[in-house]
Amino acid sequence: MAKANMSLTRNVMPTQDAVTRAHNFDEVALGYSEETAINEAMRCLDCKNMPCVSGCPVKIHIPQFIGKIKEGDFEGAYRVIAKSSSLPAVCGRVCPQETQCESKCVRGIKGESVGIGRLERFVADWHNTFSTDDPIRPQSNGHKVAVVGSGPSGLTCAGDLAKKGYEVTVFEALHTAGGVLVYGIPEFRLPKAIVSKEVETLKKLGVKIETNVVIGKTLTVDELFDGGFEAVFIGSGAGLPNFMGIPGEALNGVYSANEFLTRSNLMKSYLLNPQTPIMKGGKVAVVGGGNVAMDAARTALRLGADKVYIVYRRSMDELPARREEVEHAEEEGIEFKLLCNPTEILGYNNPNDPRDAKNGFVTGMTCVKMELGEPDERGRRRPVVVEGSEFTLDVDTVIMSIGTSPNPLIKSTTQGLEVNNRGGIVVNEEGLTSRIGIYAGGDAVTGAATVISAMGAGKTAAKAIDEYLSK
Amino acid sequence: MYKIVEKKILNPTVVQLQIEAPLVANKARPGQFIILRVDEDGERIPLTVAGVNKDKGLVKIIYQIVGATTKKLSYKQAGDYLQDFVGPLGVATRLDGLKKVCVVGGGVGCAIALPIAEALKEMGAEVTSIIGFRSKDLVILEDEFKSCSTALKIMTDDGSYGEKGNVTIPLKDMLEKGEQFDMIITIGPLVMMKYVVETARPFGTPVTASMNPIMIDGTGMCGGCRLTLNVDGKKVTKFACVDGPDFNGYEIDFDEAMSRGRMYSSFERHAYEDTCNLFNKEVR
Repeated sequence: MAKANMSLTRNVMPTQDAVTRAHNFDEVALGYSEETAINEAMRCLDCKNMPCVSGCPVKIHIPQFIGKIKEGDFEGAYRVIAKSSSLPAVCGRVCPQETQCESKCVRGIKGESVGIGRLERFVADWHNTFSTDDPIRPQSNGHKVAVVGSGPSGLTCAGDLAKKGYEVTVFEALHTAGGVLVYGIPEFRLPKAIVSKEVETLKKLGVKIETNVVIGKTLTVDELFDGGFEAVFIGSGAGLPNFMGIPGEALNGVYSANEFLTRSNLMKSYLLNPQTPIMKGGKVAVVGGGNVAMDAARTALRLGADKVYIVYRRSMDELPARREEVEHAEEEGIEFKLLCNPTEILGYNNPNDPRDAKNGFVTGMTCVKMELGEPDERGRRRPVVVEGSEFTLDVDTVIMSIGTSPNPLIKSTTQGLEVNNRGGIVVNEEGLTSRIGIYAGGDAVTGAATVISAMGAGKTAAKAIDEYLSK
Repeated sequence: MYKIVEKKILNPTVVQLQIEAPLVANKARPGQFIILRVDEDGERIPLTVAGVNKDKGLVKIIYQIVGATTKKLSYKQAGDYLQDFVGPLGVATRLDGLKKVCVVGGGVGCAIALPIAEALKEMGAEVTSIIGFRSKDLVILEDEFKSCSTALKIMTDDGSYGEKGNVTIPLKDMLEKGEQFDMIITIGPLVMMKYVVETARPFGTPVTASMNPIMIDGTGMCGGCRLTLNVDGKKVTKFACVDGPDFNGYEIDFDEAMSRGRMYSSFERHAYEDTCNLFNKEVR
């Protein structure tokens, strides 16, 4: 075997240049070539205690798959990942690796960690492009399991159970499977073709997907049991968008990030002549600092906005979005209004003409400047209003991206299902809820979190369901 | 895919469809709605359930051709299929304990008011129905309302059928004469519902209004359908899809709801014209 690559820096991820990509919805990051992937793999020291694996919520055997890349056995690398992850092409793109596996990498102590996420993506894309191996559908074990929601937790749970021979049916409320992967994360960060490919792989494993079924409305969880399902996994996500409760949020041109992204991603408003409308162009303010806020801002830019602001009440250090996403947003020309908080959204009103077409539309947003005060109970410095700092931001569209709350549809129609004071379903460490046979995971339990943590929860629950039904 | 089993033209712009959707038919109750897409990449539109046939697994919807999607839907015939059909969504109209109710419907809203009137009759309640239309040729469901109402008033804007004027005229008349309704249930254009509330206000009769705002998912996810209620002097944001579609009429900010309804009017006008042009081209 060739010698380890001791370069302190990792191989750069090729990207579309910022000016070009700000006007298209094609993927920003282009992926490693075979040569680059092997070169990057050579930076892995194959540590015996594998600190990286301890940082992975689904416990992918990282040194082993990287070892296969070193040998040029890319399909072999894929098989290693696929043992632990049902959605490698997705995770390679949207996992916050820098706070997970890569944060534990020994190479990161002096220099940059191995680009584990980039290698995972390379392997998954190589498999999707070149492999003709179809997944083998296992012999049915006769047990039926229902999965509610086809987002990352549901798909992972379904995949793990299907591999063990369970007959799994996934129920999805929307018309397309994928949950947040299709309605939330934009095409330029996660192409929809990749999600549908992963879904197709699950179908080949025997997973049935029923779209247009809202559990809690079309069917209840108890009816699933009546229908012969022996266990149910709830991965219904964090549905309801939060608003700030400031004046003007009902004006035309104010969106929740969920609505704005759903219109663009799921309903394809970004296409020429879309059937679902969306407000395009003008000046846009996105309120919030998470990954969803970055997605909304960059989507608005690509839809043709003249100017896009991120309005966030703390400073860059507290900004919760991934560093890479923030950097991409800045490169594309998005302006960060930090230490800044909206107090009112202003609308047009022509008192002389109630039929004026501009009436009721956003014209601006009043904000105040903030400064950081004492740390709160979570250790984050609390933003405090700077007296007399009020100013108006000239905008036509405001996108509220300040979090979501779990959807109450299932809780309100499932007796005996315990929820916490934030509406999240209460589960034990195995994902079991307060009712026997009902498991839950992902944002429905935790509130808004990451794709990979939801996948981890789906995996944990699949294991517990298998143990429960094997008894 | 969901099969259109029957199609009936109720008036020049209002169409009734029976859709094969057994799971929805099994669950839907008066006041709930469905969301459909006509074709792949189509828009999701909410329509209130106008009736069900559980045995045959059919859901009845009645819609008015107002925009691109309803225009496209109007080109579909019995035997054709809809891409998506999901429901029942929203909370069913609360009818428990009602003994005497006035149902006030306007235009295509009457299609939604009918199953409520029928359910009330089945419960043994006394139903007074007031239904309003622009003109005679737009009147729908007259016989159906007759058979479930103790009293029926038909109003037209131009007086070409029934009596001339708004639905609020007979309503005010009845309330002034001392009619005591447990509840007024109103479904129709926002401006009509607003004035039904104003008519009832001096008499203090409870009013339930059924809202039909712009929405996408219908499960609480997008927040596009939000409306503002004034509850004891405090403004409260509610989502029509999961908290409604029915709300206490006295609490609804109708002016805001009307303004929000105009958010995409210019887009909708163009899309409607494009759809018509496209269809005409195909026909040629």
